Amino acid sequence: MTVLQGVLLVLVALGGTAVVLVRDPLRQSIVAGVFGLLLGLLFFAFQAPDVALSQIVVGSLALPSMIVLTLAKLARLQRPDE
Amino acid sequence: MTMRSRRVLFLVAAAIFGFLFVWGLSGLPSFGDYRGPYGIVLGQIVMSERHTTEAVGATTFDYRGFDTMGEEYILFAAVMGLVILLRELRGERTEEEEEEEYPVHRRRREASDALRVLGLALVGPLVVLGIYIVVHGHITPGGGFQGGVILAAALILVSLAGRYPAMRRVRPIPLVELADAGGAAGFVLVGLGGLIAGSEFLYNFLPLGEPGTLLSSGMIPLLNISVGLEVAGAFVLLISEFLDQQFISGLGEE
Amino acid sequence: MSFLPYAVAAWLFLVGLYGIVTSRHLVHLIVCLTVVQSSSYVLLLAIGYLAGAQAPVFADIPPDTPIVDPVVQALTLTDVVVEATVSALLFGLALQAQKRFGTVNPDEIAAMKG
Repeated sequence: MTVLQGVLLVLVALGGTAVVLVRDPLRQSIVAGVFGLLLGLLFFAFQAPDVALSQIVVGSLALPSMIVLTLAKLARLQRPDE
Repeated sequence: MTMRSRRVLFLVAAAIFGFLFVWGLSGLPSFGDYRGPYGIVLGQIVMSERHTTEAVGATTFDYRGFDTMGEEYILFAAVMGLVILLRELRGERTEEEEEEEYPVHRRRREASDALRVLGLALVGPLVVLGIYIVVHGHITPGGGFQGGVILAAALILVSLAGRYPAMRRVRPIPLVELADAGGAAGFVLVGLGGLIAGSEFLYNFLPLGEPGTLLSSGMIPLLNISVGLEVAGAFVLLISEFLDQQFISGLGEE
Repeated sequence: MSFLPYAVAAWLFLVGLYGIVTSRHLVHLIVCLTVVQSSSYVLLLAIGYLAGAQAPVFADIPPDTPIVDPVVQALTLTDVVVEATVSALLFGLALQAQKRFGTVNPDEIAAMKG
């Protein structure tokens, strides 16, 4: 195993832990985006460029935007007068 | 159950599960010592058999084409389910009625000029990049799934940087739904071509061409394009349903 | 050291499960589920990795170069896309939960169901 792979694996493990421990979903969306990017870098180091590309577009683009939009909608639904 | 007893229960269960999991994983060949036969065989034959320089693309769309079709329909069904859920949430009022009640210009604070210029400047390059990644799926890393999401991102950028009416114009929902459904159907139609050519479903019946050129690998580029259409359509539909929620129920403020 | 990728996969699985068990917000719970699923990516790609091999793209390497396994990469590709769509559907269900039960806290939903 190369040093790069080792470092990225440790970072991914820490990133996953951070995603779980951040309890506020809005902050979590940013942390999850960074975690998705770290996973993408790890997949490049594992010689898997295809998976890395799709992980980057899904993990740091599609997923955070869906989280934010869901939270915005939830906030509207939670307002009592609506 | 209180949070504390739940944590204790989880830690006990996780310790047992983790032990069994790690025990199971320890039987695998150590990292970097790959011994699977299929990958080695595929590595030797993709170039000669399918004229594809991208072994992952060839595996996804040719050797494992049937599985990918199943995956495509998971995506299709999930997006359809989400659209149904969100439209149900929106209630009975149509967009036109909403429009009358709350004129568009009141709905949204304008994005700042810097954001709009930067966002709109990025739209063109993103569309080109998305199309490039879709059509080169059989030559370099990328393909329908990755390129499709990038194409969808370009359209979403219009909605974030531009104004809401501008987004509605570049995102005619019936057309997006058509791209979604047409892409899903295109995969099956290309697969049926194999049957018509006198072989099995998803048989690579088209001429294989010169490896490394755009028109090579037989049907793989066609499948990439149909998946690209479907994924782009699905993600635009998905995000714009969320955005409509946003605009339609967040009215009357500001 | 050669066990590190598998250990990371196991860790992601367990830490994601911990998040699901202790979650107080459905959106948080769904994101924890994606962490659990990312464990499967790391595991699959680690199994298919061959030390010293090239990425499975022959665009700029000779055809007889050893490559890492394209089969597990195709599987992982499927995995990533399915994760995105499944979590989209789950976000829609979370919104429905808010509408029907008036809360997105899984504990309170369970309490209301009796």
